[in-house]
Amino acid sequence: MSRPSRASNTTKMIHSLFLINCSGDIFLEKHWKSVVSQSVCDYFFEAQEKAADVENVPPVISTPHHYLISIYRDKLFFVSVIQTEVPPLFVIEFLHRVADTFQDYFGECSEAAIKDNVVIVYELLEEMLDNGFPLATESNILKELIKPPTILRSVVNSITGSSNVGDTLPTGQLSNIPWRRAGVKYTNNEAYFDVVEEIDAIIDKSGSTVFAEIQGVIDACIKLSGMPDLSLSFMNPRLLDDVSFHPCIRFKRWESERVLSFIPPDGNFRLISYRVSSQNLVAIPVYVKHSISFKENSSCGRFDITIGPKQNMGKTIEGITVTVHMPKVVLNMNLTPTQGSYTFDPVTKVLAWDVGKITPQKLPSLKGLVNLQSGAPKPEENPSLNIQFKIQQLAISGLKVNRLDMYGEKYKPFKGVKYVTKAGKFQVRT
Amino acid sequence: MSTAPAYSEDKGGSAGPGEPEYGHDPASGGIFSSDYKRHDDLKEMLDTNKDSLKLEAMKRIVAMIARGKNASDLFPAVVKNVACKNIEVKKLVYVYLVRYAEEQQDLALLSISTFQRGLKDPNQLIRASALRVLSSIRVPIIVPIMMLAIKEAASDMSPYVRKTAAHAIPKLYSLDSDQKDQLIEVIEKLLADKTTLVAGSVVMAFEEVCPERIDLIHKNYRKLCNLLIDVEEWGQVVIISMLTRYARTQFLSPTQNESLLEENPEKAFYGSEEDEAKGPGSEEAATAALPARKPYVMDPDHRLLLRNTKPLLQSRSAAVVMAVAQLYFHLAPKAEVGVIAKALVRLLRSHSEVQYVVLQNVATMSIKRRGMFEPYLKSFYIRSTDPTQIKILKLEVLTNLANETNIPTVLREFQTYIRSMDKDFVAATIQAIGRCATNIGRVRDTCLNGLVQLLSNRDELVVAESVVVIKKLLQMQPAQHGEIIKHLAKLTDNIQVPMARASILWLIGEYCEHVPKIAPDVLRKMAKSFTAEEDIVKLQVINLAAKLYLTNSKQTKLLTQYVLSLAKYDQNYDIRDRARFTRQLIVPSEQGGALSRHAKKLFLAPKPAPILESSFKDRDHFQLGSLSHLLNAKATGYQELPDWPEEAPDPSVRNVEVPEWTKCSNREKRKEKEKPFYSDSEGESGPTESADSEPESESESESKSSSESGSGESSSDSDNEDEDEEKGGGSESEQSEEEGGKKKTKKKVPEGHREGSSSEEGSDSSSSSSESEVTSESEEEQAEPASRRKKTPPSSKSAPVAKEISLLDLEDFTPPSVQPVSPPMVVSTSLAADLEGLTLTDSSLVPSLLSPVSSIGRQELLHRVAGEGLAVDYAFSRQPFSGDPHMVSIHIYFSNNSETPIKGLHVGTPKLPAGISIQEFPEIESLPPGESTTAVMGINFCDSTQAANFQLCTQTRQFYVSIQPPVGELMAPVFMSENEFKKEQGKLTGMNEITEKLTLPDTCRNDHMVVQKVTATANLGRVPCGTSDEYRFAGRTLTSGSLVLLTLDARPAGPAQLTVNSEKMVIGTMLVKDVIQALTQ
Repeated sequence: MSRPSRASNTTKMIHSLFLINCSGDIFLEKHWKSVVSQSVCDYFFEAQEKAADVENVPPVISTPHHYLISIYRDKLFFVSVIQTEVPPLFVIEFLHRVADTFQDYFGECSEAAIKDNVVIVYELLEEMLDNGFPLATESNILKELIKPPTILRSVVNSITGSSNVGDTLPTGQLSNIPWRRAGVKYTNNEAYFDVVEEIDAIIDKSGSTVFAEIQGVIDACIKLSGMPDLSLSFMNPRLLDDVSFHPCIRFKRWESERVLSFIPPDGNFRLISYRVSSQNLVAIPVYVKHSISFKENSSCGRFDITIGPKQNMGKTIEGITVTVHMPKVVLNMNLTPTQGSYTFDPVTKVLAWDVGKITPQKLPSLKGLVNLQSGAPKPEENPSLNIQFKIQQLAISGLKVNRLDMYGEKYKPFKGVKYVTKAGKFQVRT
Repeated sequence: MSTAPAYSEDKGGSAGPGEPEYGHDPASGGIFSSDYKRHDDLKEMLDTNKDSLKLEAMKRIVAMIARGKNASDLFPAVVKNVACKNIEVKKLVYVYLVRYAEEQQDLALLSISTFQRGLKDPNQLIRASALRVLSSIRVPIIVPIMMLAIKEAASDMSPYVRKTAAHAIPKLYSLDSDQKDQLIEVIEKLLADKTTLVAGSVVMAFEEVCPERIDLIHKNYRKLCNLLIDVEEWGQVVIISMLTRYARTQFLSPTQNESLLEENPEKAFYGSEEDEAKGPGSEEAATAALPARKPYVMDPDHRLLLRNTKPLLQSRSAAVVMAVAQLYFHLAPKAEVGVIAKALVRLLRSHSEVQYVVLQNVATMSIKRRGMFEPYLKSFYIRSTDPTQIKILKLEVLTNLANETNIPTVLREFQTYIRSMDKDFVAATIQAIGRCATNIGRVRDTCLNGLVQLLSNRDELVVAESVVVIKKLLQMQPAQHGEIIKHLAKLTDNIQVPMARASILWLIGEYCEHVPKIAPDVLRKMAKSFTAEEDIVKLQVINLAAKLYLTNSKQTKLLTQYVLSLAKYDQNYDIRDRARFTRQLIVPSEQGGALSRHAKKLFLAPKPAPILESSFKDRDHFQLGSLSHLLNAKATGYQELPDWPEEAPDPSVRNVEVPEWTKCSNREKRKEKEKPFYSDSEGESGPTESADSEPESESESESKSSSESGSGESSSDSDNEDEDEEKGGGSESEQSEEEGGKKKTKKKVPEGHREGSSSEEGSDSSSSSSESEVTSESEEEQAEPASRRKKTPPSSKSAPVAKEISLLDLEDFTPPSVQPVSPPMVVSTSLAADLEGLTLTDSSLVPSLLSPVSSIGRQELLHRVAGEGLAVDYAFSRQPFSGDPHMVSIHIYFSNNSETPIKGLHVGTPKLPAGISIQEFPEIESLPPGESTTAVMGINFCDSTQAANFQLCTQTRQFYVSIQPPVGELMAPVFMSENEFKKEQGKLTGMNEITEKLTLPDTCRNDHMVVQKVTATANLGRVPCGTSDEYRFAGRTLTSGSLVLLTLDARPAGPAQLTVNSEKMVIGTMLVKDVIQALTQ
């Protein structure tokens, strides 16, 4: 392997990329400049070992000749090799963009999917970086350059021997609208918007809210022919405290009129993400009554939690799950749920209770005994409860889309808006 | 999973039997032999004529490369296919070439001619890809070819090829740094490029090749600032970090005389006023070389950078947000840095790697600027599910943010953390409590008590950590804490963690006077267990023994001797040395008296209390957001952020003579010269900034009308002459606003406030200061039409024709006073008719300007059946609406077809989309049966073709009606010369230009028809034109006053070409469609 002979100061940005699975196999490598030996990953493995836990591997590792910047996504490590100063977020952001692209192309970003599509992956990586500097990262453009695999196409390809590379050259990169490909045609023109809000909250022992805020996104699925120019307006745009935009959005229109005006990319994309700050009182839709106790000098404890709806604005709360990381001394749990089912993994000590829907008449509860390792001191702290739930047809912040207008095209699109509220990082301290 | 394993299926069809499963074959010997075999069949496949086989072979080769296997022996077979017609094969061959060319340089040369041919291809994409591959082949011998190719590509027509050229520059430079000078020339050329596509890439090349040549940036500085928002995300990051460095070398520190300001509030007042307001006066001051003690005035270019980067805080890309945040941190005046906090806090919701980096930076910032993040304290609260490294960083931030007021909440929060199962985190929390205790005196005792309680914790790590922290705290005020020391002394029996034991021993030794009884006993115990202790503990035992010997030799003499003897034979040489050293010091021997006399001083000297401080302190000497900052060590290639210069370098270097950036090249009137530049960029700015460019000079209306290259909104707050008369008042109020304005983003406009008020934030500084502001704000207008009427006339569009219109306008309308300023180039159609004989010499122009009839004619608003006898039609009159120049004037024709008179006809409360407003017609009291009447109303469509829905009310009924304007009616003609037209057109290129080809039917081949059709479709004015087959039209949109320029190139041969230039892209697109439709019908 030829190491870069000159330790030049001019090899900036991303030098190489290694994909590593959880068991430590390097299953793909790509070099945008001279080849860097796989052995550079040993530093990464070392750090991984030290971290004990995948989440705690430092994203930036310094080695004698290189810097390694890595991300962990979907049980895979994307490890990039850097030689000189570069903003770490630049690389991290790019690596996530790579993972997003894989996800977009293959439906999942897994080792199997990447191995199955290794040629497409390679072609994608080739297009996404030129000499280590990002070139084409917009999914619309990439899809024009390299067609994503479909079942049909792979069958056809295997018969005709043709391939998944677009035979027409892309125009998008040349146009003024780099995020949208040209010549989009649909028989059914549709535009869907999903307003998804997540409640991040920390609830303390006594049930009062320590911290709560709403994190929202609007995901769009746009299938419109031609070059539509959309404007989306809200009934109450001032709710949106802090917004980040897809590059297609005209910032000036938002600043002056609070209207989202944009020529959309084709397909699925995240239009905006926003935050409704904790200053506005965030309605917490569920409450949890809990009593978890461990007796001193005995090998058992009691566990009792009950969930109830608080303010749900007439909507049912569904998809409730409760996850608890029990202390290490817990051997087993012997519980009875009034509703749903629960599992306890004695190895990871994770208790998961799948509750389902809440019916206000009969509140779901889970009670029973906890078996502790005998002789071990009782746990210092009670575990905190992580709660997931979902409320359809509701944006908890009260955000409402007013209207969607389309300019630039004559046809009438089908439009739809869906609202969902979910629990985000919702934690109840006990 | 809906995807199919395309590749493996392909493989199944043709792969040899020995094909091992991908990724499962270690490079073992057995595989090697099959490798050779496989390579043979690959070679065979590559040599066939069938593309499908070649493709198959290439796919397998690429898969090998992906696995990191060596496929270099296939080079000759592969390189032959470089000229293959099949695009996919070709692409994969390129992948192969780039990977192996370096190793097989001679063979690689075979492929060069293919690329050279590709460089001449008419298709820009092929040119670009040829250059891309050619420059990626790291073969030194082709350097001259690459150089040539790059030079050529740098002046290519296609911006995409130019972008590729920019990418190729660093590649060539790393191959042969001798080319630097030539490459700099290319960079200089590309830096002047105006397309957003190129900007990011060339700055990247600049940063890699010649970051020291800051002089190359001067001329492009303003352009880069203005383009920034449209550059792609990766380019933005690179440009922002380059501009940060640039600004540090070219501008003065905005904080330099903050101390001065504190001493002298009056000066502060002036300084900040000028800084924000940037009145003409301050500008002159800025140009003059200012003496050091003169109040600080921010260079307008410095302001420009801050203003244009601010919107990027809302980018979806964390990298961009961080880049802007560091720019503000390093460049903005203290008061303005706060804006970045919110964006950074937002990033905390992102992937954990992003959180990690952001928190590191927040930790550094929060030491310097604590106030900035205080409002977001709770966002740093820790969840049990956070990874430990994130928890520890959050803890760091929380500790930095703790102060007198929020410490109770912070401590309560810490309390919960202490019980976490994650012991590393608990240890960090205890440290954090210690830091809070040292920083905030008020809570020191509380913290100490809390920590003492932790000493009875069951977890040894927690206890140990507490001991260490307590030791540090006690050092600050030992006298009061004898009890705690006693408590600690007892712990020596149980606690096993060496660090904690060492700490306790040190404490007892240091404060042995406070615990005179216990100390010797502890020493006794320790002497017993001495041999079993860890090294650090042993050292502290010696230390304790020595101290006790000096203070209480009676009781401890023997013990000390015993300990020292034990230490003398210890395995560790440090301990042996220490024992010998101590013995010499404390036990007076025959000759060593000199030192031992001072032994007490040596051992029991008062020691300063340790300062517990953040490990992030002083990290800010590294540029934030950089790799070096993250590692807290200088990374290779890191460039120090330069210090602010003492004296600002000459700001005029950034002046560009090209008309794009400075409209009037009149050098004497620098004031005027800069103006368009401001109004230009103003549109880009956030609400708080609107203040900056406020006091416009008198020439403003003129320069404005010719500037506007980047802003739709700019005119709305600046097209008022009254405003500059109130310059003083204006800037004053705006200053006060700016003071309050720091929190302005948070300012909540009451919910009930209608949508249309959104533009208010942007302009409220001016509208509050000068009441006579004309804005597009509709609601105020509706609320007080009369008062408004009196004040608005200066806007030149309406003024000259006011008399004419007043016949139609039934409202009491006071004709405006005489125009104080010569009208800008907007000439209404009717005025043009009046002036016909005087100004319009070009005969062909007259008919065009004189065709006020819209192609649409009268349209039905309310059918008589639906209206129960009332029929209403409307038409676009194309006359300026007298009340408000931003409104489209609409004639409404009422006729009563019923038997009874219709009474009280008026417009009911309209429900309008954002921004749209209506000036209703005066109520028609009664319309007798069979009669007709007309009225005029104005609608401000806000430059959109959204329908205005409103109600027509009679005394008895309400009818819902709606008027949707064709795009052509949203503008008013503008008169300009050919040269002006060309100049304006030159500014509205790129995104703002829409070109469409069309075939003109023969009927449209004459001047008259073309002009007629175009003007019927759109309310535009004809612009004289030198060439016969070209037609030009110009207009301005009514609300924003953005130019709309239309060119029709109807050469006799070939298709005609229609071009519309307008910054209102939507209007442009729709206009093109409508005009084409009109022309081709």
